[in-house]
Amino acid sequence: MAFPADYRYTREHEWIKLDGNQATIGITDYAQNSLGDIVFVELPKIGDELSVGKTFGSVESVKAVSDLFAPASGKVVAVNQELTNAPEKINSDAHGAWIVRIQLSDADEVNKLLSPQDYDKYVQEEGGH
Amino acid sequence: MRYLPKSPADRELMLSEIGVHSIDDFFKAIPGEYRLNRDLKVPRQMAESEIIDYFRERSQENAAGYAVFLGAGAYHHYRPVIIDALVQRGEFLTSYTPYQAEISQGTLQAIFEFQTMICELTAMEIANASMYDGSTGAAEAILMAMRITGRHESVIARTVHPEYREVIHTYLHHRDMPMRFVGYREDSGAINLEELERALSDQTACVLIQSPNFFGSVEDVDAIAAMVHRRGALLVVSISEALSLGIVKPPVEADIVSLEAQSFGVPLGFGGPYDGVLAAKEKYVRQMPGRLVGETKDKNGTRGYVLTLSTREQHIRREKATSNICTNQALVALMSTIYMNVYGREGLRDLAKQNLAKANYAATQFGKKGKVLFPKAKRFNEFVVQSKEDPHAINDRLLEKRIIGGLSLRKFYPELGNAALWCCTEMNTRDQIDLAIEAMQA
Repeated sequence: MAFPADYRYTREHEWIKLDGNQATIGITDYAQNSLGDIVFVELPKIGDELSVGKTFGSVESVKAVSDLFAPASGKVVAVNQELTNAPEKINSDAHGAWIVRIQLSDADEVNKLLSPQDYDKYVQEEGGH
Repeated sequence: MRYLPKSPADRELMLSEIGVHSIDDFFKAIPGEYRLNRDLKVPRQMAESEIIDYFRERSQENAAGYAVFLGAGAYHHYRPVIIDALVQRGEFLTSYTPYQAEISQGTLQAIFEFQTMICELTAMEIANASMYDGSTGAAEAILMAMRITGRHESVIARTVHPEYREVIHTYLHHRDMPMRFVGYREDSGAINLEELERALSDQTACVLIQSPNFFGSVEDVDAIAAMVHRRGALLVVSISEALSLGIVKPPVEADIVSLEAQSFGVPLGFGGPYDGVLAAKEKYVRQMPGRLVGETKDKNGTRGYVLTLSTREQHIRREKATSNICTNQALVALMSTIYMNVYGREGLRDLAKQNLAKANYAATQFGKKGKVLFPKAKRFNEFVVQSKEDPHAINDRLLEKRIIGGLSLRKFYPELGNAALWCCTEMNTRDQIDLAIEAMQA
């Protein structure tokens, strides 16, 4: 699997892409593949405060509901409404189908996350291959 | 599906597999002082003939042949004989949880039809496969409203069934979920709207009302809904007398409806089983507790039924499930499904009209001799009668005439003095009603 070089990753399989003081967040291709067909994404509301490591929504597949954990803290400035009617976009393009955009409260938090190489190593160990 | 108990050989196998010699050996980890060293106090086994004698004798204790004027959440309606004939079919009676769609199409289709009919009756968009009963359903509806709104306070009418309120209290009081209670109007028994307005805040997750309420008064659901929605809260309507939906306008403005469907073909027993069900607007489906059956197509394009949205449920989502209910009252809901089919749209309406007419006649007759409270109430089949005497004394006298009188309200509403809640259904004849009124005065 190729994980975009300019993203950072969490052990809960979210990705985050920095854009100045803002960042977009989604789930990784590895995550969508494990979940299977995604049927629903529970989105936060614009203005909600995310705090690092806490849940901010969930992704429901035919097999399971998984919580979304915030890779970094910040205020929600946009949510990807497209996912309301087309949650399967995450299956077809996990690294493009962003879920939320936040105004970061501490950009430093992002630096502590996994690099693409480290995340790749992590999922290979987790996946057992 | 067959469910057979463990045979002695099975036990042997299980014990040897885990490496112990006997059951006592297995329980050795429990200190002797905590183990029960005697037989359980249960009656000895009986021969078949003894069992039949025993139950024949116990059946004499049933109040067969009595005229029943008790309602208050448990209603005495006629049960068409086809109900028991059908629910006792082995395919329905023995089947357990219908997880496996490939072997449970009959059960799943029956539940799907139950859900569909409940939606038509309540004017809601979705309904679940049933809850334990109306009281736990009402409590679950409040928890559902809290999940949807992110607020923690509930406002509850005092005219919601007092025992439902006790169950709700049990669900909420250790969870930091405050409850506020709102009183009723003296002229109609309906919720006091000024008091309701004052009880609402930006912390209110939902308002729970019952309609017809515990006094039998039909609430103005539209006006209440408008008030509740202005504050961003949800309206939960509890209905304990399902048959009222045959004639009372359904609570279309409600967000969640909690219905007790016992009136639809479920017999009155020693407190159960009952047949609760939750119905709601479709946008709340992911916060709805309990089981849902959906219609789909199999790989050949043929219509089929499956449990759907199970990902909300405990067996998949563990501690993050919407509720710890992971079951439903399938067989009891089936009774209601058959009942609704037997009567149909017109039948339910006719039956509801009979109830209304009989209750009106009775209330008018009672009104000539005593005081019927809440004169401005719009009623269905229940009403409150205030008397000079304690209702218990009246009921003792009625019992001698083989009449089961109304429910004394002293325990729940001491402010009403000697008041009792009476109910008239299609089962009460005019003679019974006249006899009750006569005996009441003797």
